[in-house]
Amino acid sequence: MLDEALEAYVATAREVGNASSLHACGRRARRRVEESRERVAAALGARPSEVIFTGGGTESDNLAVKGVFWARRAAGTDRDRVISSAVEHHAVLDAVDWLVDHEGAQVSWLPVDTAGRLDPARLRAELAASGDRVALVTAMWANNEVGTVQPVTELAAVAAEHGVPFHTDAIQAVGQVPVDFAASGVSALTVTGHKLGGPAGVGALLLGRDVAATPLLHGGGQERDVRSGTLDTAGIVAFAVAVEAAVKGQQEYAARVSALRDDLVRRVREAVPEVIFNGDPADRLPGNAHFSFPGCEGDALLLLLDAQGIACSTGSACSAGVAQPSHVLIAMGADDDRARSSLRFTLGHTSTSAEVDALIAALPAAVDRARRAAALRTPR
Amino acid sequence: MRVLAAMSGGVDSAVAAARAVDAGHDVTGVHLALARNPQTYRTGARGCCTLEDSRDARRAADVLGIPFYVWDMADRFHADVVDDFVAEYAAGRTPNPCLRCNEKIKFAAVLDRAVALGFDAVVTGHHARLGADGLLRRSVDAAKDQSYVLAVLTRAQLDRSIFPLGDSTKAQVREEAARRGLAVADKPDSHDICFIADGNTRGFLADRLGEAPGDVVDALTGATVGSHSGAYQYTVGQRRGLHLDRPAPDGRPRYVLSITPKTNTVTVGPAEALEVSSVRATRPVWTGGERPAGPIECEVQLRAHGDVVPAAVSLDADGLRAELRRPLRGVAAGQAIVAYRPDPAGDVVLGSATISA
Repeated sequence: MLDEALEAYVATAREVGNASSLHACGRRARRRVEESRERVAAALGARPSEVIFTGGGTESDNLAVKGVFWARRAAGTDRDRVISSAVEHHAVLDAVDWLVDHEGAQVSWLPVDTAGRLDPARLRAELAASGDRVALVTAMWANNEVGTVQPVTELAAVAAEHGVPFHTDAIQAVGQVPVDFAASGVSALTVTGHKLGGPAGVGALLLGRDVAATPLLHGGGQERDVRSGTLDTAGIVAFAVAVEAAVKGQQEYAARVSALRDDLVRRVREAVPEVIFNGDPADRLPGNAHFSFPGCEGDALLLLLDAQGIACSTGSACSAGVAQPSHVLIAMGADDDRARSSLRFTLGHTSTSAEVDALIAALPAAVDRARRAAALRTPR
Repeated sequence: MRVLAAMSGGVDSAVAAARAVDAGHDVTGVHLALARNPQTYRTGARGCCTLEDSRDARRAADVLGIPFYVWDMADRFHADVVDDFVAEYAAGRTPNPCLRCNEKIKFAAVLDRAVALGFDAVVTGHHARLGADGLLRRSVDAAKDQSYVLAVLTRAQLDRSIFPLGDSTKAQVREEAARRGLAVADKPDSHDICFIADGNTRGFLADRLGEAPGDVVDALTGATVGSHSGAYQYTVGQRRGLHLDRPAPDGRPRYVLSITPKTNTVTVGPAEALEVSSVRATRPVWTGGERPAGPIECEVQLRAHGDVVPAAVSLDADGLRAELRRPLRGVAAGQAIVAYRPDPAGDVVLGSATISA
């Protein structure tokens, strides 16, 4: 957590008070929550009344996908279609699948190109074909695995042409690229704390004032009657501090980290010439470098690099920890082997060029060993 | 050394990994995901392939402060162990899947991958001794001894294996786990076959091999005394569940003497007809010293936790032959014969082979 977010958390947590209470302590807590709401709104180009605090990104995504679906269907029973993308995070993917399995929803998964990019023309064609039956469109702002930044503003404009609400999961984007709720034209936007130096378990759904959503959680109706549950005042205050700091520092951060990332990519390509650099080369998250290492298993590379003190990630893991080939890479046209050969290096605030040096020093030997290990496998 | 600790999520492998850390090795924990569709929770004490077991293994690795990964070996396990298990039963033999898993997965696929990734050895929680002399010996805990299912390992495999638990009893291992703060200290032992979660081997085989009705024939009279729905559902020496239509003329219980897949016949007979004095076996592995030129006197064990009898064992071009000094009952093709040399420091595994007749 950012120092200033942590300090704000501790200072607030020392105060007692339930933001829903009417006595003095409650009023003080309420004031902290509302000030935080205003700070988040200002940082992200929203109105305070459009900020709904939640228990994090997964809840925000579920609330947007299921809540907007239910509300739209309630308003017109033939609106049973969802348009989403093939590269969404599981918080959206599985929420959409749940609607299909349990609510009779129809879904269209928008394809991506080899760089993982969505095509607004494709969305336009989908909406032209069945626009009056679509409950919502949901597409992420930036991909968590390969780092590709989507043309969200264009996509949202296409949805608006058809009067269909557009939700975007911007968890990866806030603090990394410029994000402005109003200017982007989206109807709903997910943001969460732990990806931008705030606490885990606190996030928000920015929900346009004219966008209806049926609640997931019923109870006291604390958040615009869309979300119930006693507010985590300390977490919300720390979250707001972190959002503000991340947005304020975004430009400087992106310039510094993308330069370091470009250096990493160039040197990885020199060290391992066969490497495939995944994702959009230009429109991508500044800290994201994602590669396929042909002939290797990402798992083996991760183990070998981890032993050298280098932390990286293979992408999605199921609950048993067994790596599944990434649905994102598969959607980008990779085969199973290439998807399994992939590895993501993420740079952030604390990353240094010495760390890139350490990676480049360890990588060639690790790739050699991983290749030998992969060669033992019986062909599938 | 850089060693890979195979961690099932049970108490034995957790303590084995802990001891490897104490011995100064650079230890990495690995849980083998063997089931294609793992159950979320363990039911009873069976199995070792659930997500809960994976979490238990991870928790133990966290306590030990070692890196931990899950290796997906499900396809290999299915091909080399599960399919083999079914095929062996279909061929009228009685396989030992644990032995097969050691031979093909733990000390082959896993070990090979570990070596390729720069590890020097694999550590497991098997109860057997493997000392500086390189000889594989029975555990000090006779009831938990697993040398039988390890006897299939070659010299090269043993040279890259570490069994830290051989000098301890199971009770000592549990006590040590509790002392070390490992939550698996009082987790029940796994038993039965890990990939048959409900313990119903007959049902498992029937699902895969289908119904194949045939006759049950009495060896003494040659008469058909009953019917069965699949010869693969029987094991030599079995008495229960024969469902014979009529009692034997002598009124004594009948046992399965043999299974003939070709005619789909199960042959039954009296207990004494089960007695075997001479055993032939194929695919010998000889690791406990010089490969003998002529017959040697040793002890043999013909199934896991089975009786041990003196025997004269010789290796020839076809495999291994054992003349038992005392006949044994219930000797099933497909099981391993393991030869031991009695030794006060722990009986030494000399070698093993797969019983063919």
